[in-house]
Amino acid sequence: MLIHKTASAGTLESNDVLVTVAPGSGIQVHVESVVLAQFGGQIRETVLDTLSRLQVTDAVVRLNDMGALDCTIAARVEAAVRRAGGDA
Amino acid sequence: MRRSLLFIPGNNPGMLVSADIHGADAVIFDLEDAVAPNEKDAARLLVRNALRAMRDLRVEVVVRVNPLATDDFRQDIAAIVPLQPSLIMPTKVADADEVAVISRTVADAERVEGVPAGAIGLLPLLETALGIENAFSIAGCDPRVKGILLGAEDLSSDLQAVRSKQGQEILYARGRVVMAARAAGIEVYDTPFTDVDDMEGVSADAKLARALGFSGKAVISPRHVAAVNAAFTPTEDEIVYAREVLLAIREAERQGKGAVSLRGKMVDKPIVDRARRLLDGARSLGLEGTEP
Repeated sequence: MLIHKTASAGTLESNDVLVTVAPGSGIQVHVESVVLAQFGGQIRETVLDTLSRLQVTDAVVRLNDMGALDCTIAARVEAAVRRAGGDA
Repeated sequence: MRRSLLFIPGNNPGMLVSADIHGADAVIFDLEDAVAPNEKDAARLLVRNALRAMRDLRVEVVVRVNPLATDDFRQDIAAIVPLQPSLIMPTKVADADEVAVISRTVADAERVEGVPAGAIGLLPLLETALGIENAFSIAGCDPRVKGILLGAEDLSSDLQAVRSKQGQEILYARGRVVMAARAAGIEVYDTPFTDVDDMEGVSADAKLARALGFSGKAVISPRHVAAVNAAFTPTEDEIVYAREVLLAIREAERQGKGAVSLRGKMVDKPIVDRARRLLDGARSLGLEGTEP
């Protein structure tokens, strides 16, 4: 899926994550999280898995995580990607 | 037994992932009114992922989808059916034709996704004057319909009635949906009590709903779950009396009688049926409901 524009999904409420996806070259993932030390690697892995499943090869993804579970992170990344790709 | 059905906003991850800790017998993941129009896409993905991640939830899951007339309806069905929730709740259902279209859409999605045919039931929400008038045909039109739920807020608006805590304005609708559901042989659930802070009010409203014949009651706040569960749970006195009824009628049958007197009142078949139903309900809740 091609990223045409910048789009966001999610919130800064507890247990949620605000994800912003923008056009880019290759994949860049920037994570800010209240649990970065413990789960930073797992969060990045969830983001990369979701992008791969959606066949996104070029994007800049920024996450401001408030302690979201993997299923929430994946949902917010997918929503932001679909919005940025004009699919939602 | 679904005494309480707790609404959970579909775009709130914190509430979705902790849905099973509040003690409700069922939770309703809401993709409709609790979600802003520009967040429908995100909520749908979130509920889908939550259902996928929480396969071992200790509570029955219902998903309230957007109305048939909206673009979101088919997207909701396509996203939710593969996760096989127990029930899908279509909203503002007005007649049996609408249920037929919804049922067909769910059946098509079940076939495409390899979900067993008929595995997902429907719990139509009746919240318009037309829906209430058509309650019996909606309740009995399709084997997929397992129950109906009264939605009093939209209904009161449609009726141009003044909504009150006492609920005089919905008394007819309550009676009508109970009659329709029981005639069709399905379950029937009462509208939520909307004052989150009024614990006495919710308790009284739930007791009234049980007395009118409802199977359970929808709930919009976790704080209301305990009061609603209590109202729909057989009391110890009721269980004791039901057991006495069954003992008394057994003795009467031994004596060749169809009726008997117990505590000064006549006991016959309808009383016995009610006692058996109460003990069945008690047993399903793990209470002392075994027939004597």
